[in-house]
Amino acid sequence: MGPVPLEHGLALAGTLFALGLLGLLIRRNVIFALMCIEIMMNAAGLAFVAAGASWARVDGQVMFIFILSMAAAEVSIGLALVLQMNQRLKTLDADAASDMRG
Amino acid sequence: MSALFFYIAAAVAVLSTILVITSLRAIHALLYLIVSLLSVSMVFFVIGAPFIAALEVIVYAGAIMVLFIFVIMVLNLGAQAVGEERLLLRPKVWAGPSALLLVLGVELAWIILGGHGGAPIQEGLVFEPKQVGMALFGPYALGVEIASLLLLAGLVGAYHLGRRPRM
Repeated sequence: MGPVPLEHGLALAGTLFALGLLGLLIRRNVIFALMCIEIMMNAAGLAFVAAGASWARVDGQVMFIFILSMAAAEVSIGLALVLQMNQRLKTLDADAASDMRG
Repeated sequence: MSALFFYIAAAVAVLSTILVITSLRAIHALLYLIVSLLSVSMVFFVIGAPFIAALEVIVYAGAIMVLFIFVIMVLNLGAQAVGEERLLLRPKVWAGPSALLLVLGVELAWIILGGHGGAPIQEGLVFEPKQVGMALFGPYALGVEIASLLLLAGLVGAYHLGRRPRM
């Protein structure tokens, strides 16, 4: 076998993204929702790196670094929200937080 | 031959991601998520992005997963936590992630000892960290500044949300 075809890299990225989306739809726990968002962002980064390698450009890897910093910011805010939710509602069920005040 | 590494790592990644979204306990899902991130890192290494593979291990599987574990441990305070600890020491819990990690470990040893360079998408194309840095601080310098602002906003937001409400 020679080099990896680009299609197979993109197929892997698409599969991982679909699995993350599926998990986001079927799970009601907010910690699982955050994990599935991580999976989806990781899959998007994989697609960037694979496509960048296919065109022999380094830009895909630069985009991955940006996605990485965005994921770090997102997960810190998300986990702080999880802690707040646990303090106020005493549960991690996403459906419990469906009411708005006002 | 060397593209075989890609397919093994891809299979481990998909399998462990399926186990992430079907696990009942958060800590089991987290163990499988770490395996999934490590196998995606192996994919990056094989397709010719060793710097990105290292970043994936350090930032995703290291820093972000430590945050998740920290929050789960904080939430599990109480009598229930002792039972959780006892549960974690049973082989049933760690056997699955360890088996998948063993596959990745054998693959890594094979690559390093056998002197295979992986199977880049374009034959022989491997980007060094220097090239990534040149692009990052050349044409993408504005993006780096925006990312630093985003991280600062994340820091302030996490501090604000993490405070206990004033009585």
